[in-house]
Amino acid sequence: MIPGSFEYHRPSSVQEAIGLLAKLGDDGRAIAGGHTLIPMMKLRLATPAHLVDLSGIADLKGIRADGSDIVIGAMTTQHELIGSDLLASNIPILRETSLQVADPQVRYVGTLGGNVANGDPGNDMPAVMMCLGASYHVMGKGGERRVAAREFYQGAYFTALEDGDVLTAIRIPVPPAGHGYAYEKLKRKIGDYATAAAAVVLTMSGGKVADCSIGLTNVAETPLWAEEAAKILNGSSLDAATVKRAVAAAEAITAPAADARGPAAYRTKMAGVMLARALARAKSKARG
Amino acid sequence: MNDMTPSSAERAAKLEGMGCKRKRVEDIRFVQGKGNYVDDVKLPGMLYGDLVRSPHGHARITRLDTTKAAAVPGVVAVLTADVLKTVNLAWMPTLAGDVQMVLADGKVLFQNQEVAFVVAESREAAADAVGLVEVEYDPLPVNVDPLKAMAPDAPMIREDIKDKTEGAHGKRKHYNHIFSWQAGDKAATDAAFEKADVKIKEFIVYPRVHPCPLETCQCVASFDKIKGELTLWGTFQAPHVIRTVGSLISKIPEHKIHVIAPDIGGGFGNKVGAYSGYICSIVASIVTGRPVKWTEDRIENLSTTAFARDFHMDVEIACTKDGKVTGLRCYTIADHGAFDACANATKWPAGLFSIISGSYDFPAAYCLVDGVYTNKAPGGVAYRCSFRVTEAAYCIERAMDIMAQKLGMDAAEFRMKNLIRREQFPYTSAFGWQYDSGDYQTALKKAMEATNYKRLRDEQKAKREAFRRGETRELMGIGVAFFTEIVGAGPSRACDILGIAMFDSAEIRIHPTGSGICRLGTKSQGQGHETTYAQIIATELGLPADTITVEEGNTDTAPYGLGTYGSRSTPVSGAATAMACRKIKAKAQMIAAYMLEVHDDDLEWDVDRFRVKGNPERFKTMTELAWAAYHEVPPGMEPGLEAINYYDPPNFTFPYGAYICVVDIDVDTGMVKVRRFYALDDCGTRINPMIIEGQIHGGLTEAFGIAMGQEIHYDPDGNVTTASFMDYFLPTAVETPHWETDWTEVPSPHHPIGAKGVGESPNVGGVPCFSNAVNDAFSFFGSTHIQMPHDHWRVWTAAEELGLHG
Repeated sequence: MIPGSFEYHRPSSVQEAIGLLAKLGDDGRAIAGGHTLIPMMKLRLATPAHLVDLSGIADLKGIRADGSDIVIGAMTTQHELIGSDLLASNIPILRETSLQVADPQVRYVGTLGGNVANGDPGNDMPAVMMCLGASYHVMGKGGERRVAAREFYQGAYFTALEDGDVLTAIRIPVPPAGHGYAYEKLKRKIGDYATAAAAVVLTMSGGKVADCSIGLTNVAETPLWAEEAAKILNGSSLDAATVKRAVAAAEAITAPAADARGPAAYRTKMAGVMLARALARAKSKARG
Repeated sequence: MNDMTPSSAERAAKLEGMGCKRKRVEDIRFVQGKGNYVDDVKLPGMLYGDLVRSPHGHARITRLDTTKAAAVPGVVAVLTADVLKTVNLAWMPTLAGDVQMVLADGKVLFQNQEVAFVVAESREAAADAVGLVEVEYDPLPVNVDPLKAMAPDAPMIREDIKDKTEGAHGKRKHYNHIFSWQAGDKAATDAAFEKADVKIKEFIVYPRVHPCPLETCQCVASFDKIKGELTLWGTFQAPHVIRTVGSLISKIPEHKIHVIAPDIGGGFGNKVGAYSGYICSIVASIVTGRPVKWTEDRIENLSTTAFARDFHMDVEIACTKDGKVTGLRCYTIADHGAFDACANATKWPAGLFSIISGSYDFPAAYCLVDGVYTNKAPGGVAYRCSFRVTEAAYCIERAMDIMAQKLGMDAAEFRMKNLIRREQFPYTSAFGWQYDSGDYQTALKKAMEATNYKRLRDEQKAKREAFRRGETRELMGIGVAFFTEIVGAGPSRACDILGIAMFDSAEIRIHPTGSGICRLGTKSQGQGHETTYAQIIATELGLPADTITVEEGNTDTAPYGLGTYGSRSTPVSGAATAMACRKIKAKAQMIAAYMLEVHDDDLEWDVDRFRVKGNPERFKTMTELAWAAYHEVPPGMEPGLEAINYYDPPNFTFPYGAYICVVDIDVDTGMVKVRRFYALDDCGTRINPMIIEGQIHGGLTEAFGIAMGQEIHYDPDGNVTTASFMDYFLPTAVETPHWETDWTEVPSPHHPIGAKGVGESPNVGGVPCFSNAVNDAFSFFGSTHIQMPHDHWRVWTAAEELGLHG
């Protein structure tokens, strides 16, 4: 559990970080909170010769409103998400989810950018970002571009990030006032990744679902956006039969691995159970 | 006495003796981060050792090249089995009478087995070099299933003993067979089964788990070439045993070995044995002439040093139709891994497993245990229990529930009917154990009243009916467990380790000013010995506990003892402490008589003093007598006030308890919520109720971990898949339920102060209680037994198989 030796760099601007990463090539790795990379280094599954620490870059911090969006700097910690009044009143599912990420010690250091950028299917925020229709600001050799969260994840630890890219911010459209939301996560203990988890954001109108979006965590190689399940629910009153059909549609897109959390079939079922519970709770919170 | 003299009760209270909730004196340093652990030992010129380990579960080593590793800057030496052979240390004896590779000799037998030992100027350089030791393996067929170990075509684990037909415990019946051990009366038991009205049979597995202390195993070996002396600091629960075994293995004379166990961060049986890292560190220090530190990481700890359990038990109970048990039979396969490094008293290859008749009056009983080799890590330690007692308690407590279910009787009522009755003590069990004391019915009755058991059953029934009507998706389970432990090994007629009788010791010196020091052969790993032994002395000698230093762990200064495990410190060294006190007190009495010019018999003891009978104003306090012992002893008497006692207990002690647990199970996810857990313990005389409560809390938390989520799991290729806290369930404060504790107090009649030991009871009784609660919830749907651990997916699967998901 001793990492190999490495050089440590602490740039103070995004440009400097990108320059360093470009220069170092395969030998360099950007590090945010480090909760994925450092354990990999201790196991010597990752042996970067250079670490480029992003925590000294002031521009990567902070939560701000930008028109109808909220923009969160990539190096904002989970703890800061929990404490943000702006998020609490506009996108409360982020606070609810953050409180279920890892444990308090990890949340003091773990960042939103790291959580969404590294492509670990066990991370909680990617499915929530897909659910919310977020996009990621990415800076690279060719300047800045934006990638939709729903387009970002390609496989376990494979994302739309190119070598030398830095994910700088997360842009989230604020859901309509009065929306319902829930993040339901089944885990074995505090600090654990989800056996299965479901994120739901919905709006109700006249007792019917006006709009609905669903994300699923840790039940495939990537986080999942359950588009078909959401379509089934739109226009419904979330009656038992419709929910059952939506759950079946959500379960159908899962492909979990068997692990100590349980066999694949169990984890698929749990994705369905979490979805049903998230829908019920989201509905109870929604106005309209 | 005048009005200014404090009363006896006031003086007794000031002593903080037995019965006092004295705060733990060791915590003053622990809570300030000032403990002194092995990792705090830093010596000039110290080197660091790190182990190369096998990625395979079973493979022949075809090439081992240390050239590149040795060339890493800072690397001083690389040990392999070939190097160890030059000092005849490639293999070492185990406590169980087997031999074990120190470093892989020709092949590896389990994943993460020790293959080479790199020694370097820094931990970092050692870790770098570990990756550069080149080892080529030719994989062999793997077996990790003990039930298949004795199949005709099973992979042969131990080629080194393939021709050995006699094991350490009799004839071997297969090349993967270690021992057969039986107890009880087979013929009488078979006859009881033939006559039985009702019989049950169940296959019950107690999975492989790990003691998992927060501090892993580690040592610092420092060999002084000039003096020819070895000093070994280490995480040792039994420092003297380590010294003796170390001397026998290394041929260094025992007086030239100094073993020091400093503060230890939890042991739970993990730190009893001798491990490759220790031997390699010693050899490396001899070779390099410099101190060598070895520190295990978490993965190494979980996957290599000392697992526990892995017992696979076929149990049967015979019973009359009105619910009186008549016979017990159990056949067990015990998986000991690749080497038999089980930590048991040497004569007992399955430990004290024949306590399996538990707390019940079985007229006939029989058990047979076969130990087998598999491609798994060696060990088989008594994890927070006396040797194999928790396996036995789990088995009988589950089996009693299953029989109650078959009879249609309530689990508590069935137990009440079969518990050994108070008037039967001392009670000789069908296996021949002499249970010294107990009042079981009173304990169970108290537990049932405290939890309002009947109301719980009514609530459960209502909830189950609501579940059947589709009004709830939750089921309620009620677990009842009544356990009897057998601890305090042990009477030397029954117990030894490699021929060393399992006595223990205390040496007490009272200084002239009335304070003192007590040194013992045991070793606290968090139990609070510095606090509790001083309380025994306070009560016995009338000196304030605060004036007594308690010291353990240094073999140069402590009297010989067998160490701390199996709840033996209080039953054995606690007794030795009391007996040494009584020698001191007898001498003090003679001094007092001389000073007061009366006959010894004219004196009586009063809390902290001897006083003249009928004339209480004439007295000498123990503090005065301590001073006198150094300057005015009676003519002919040796000066000084000290004593030593080696205590060989006449019998084991038998702590017991009645536990009740209530769980609510989310049938759709398999999540089990512990609503309530009530634990009543009888550990005899209670030395420090606060420490007892802490011990119960800790043991219950471990039991909760074991029952609800722990398993050291191997895949069919021999890969251990649970070697980190990501997948090995160690509960945190968040998951841990609230504990309710209670007690009764039936002193042990043969122990000098009536104490029985308590640290392990909650693990022994807790595991079956949790498991019974989960099983109870499903028993009403026809299930008899669901294997542990009761984690979400297994509980969900049980519900699925019962058709409860619709």
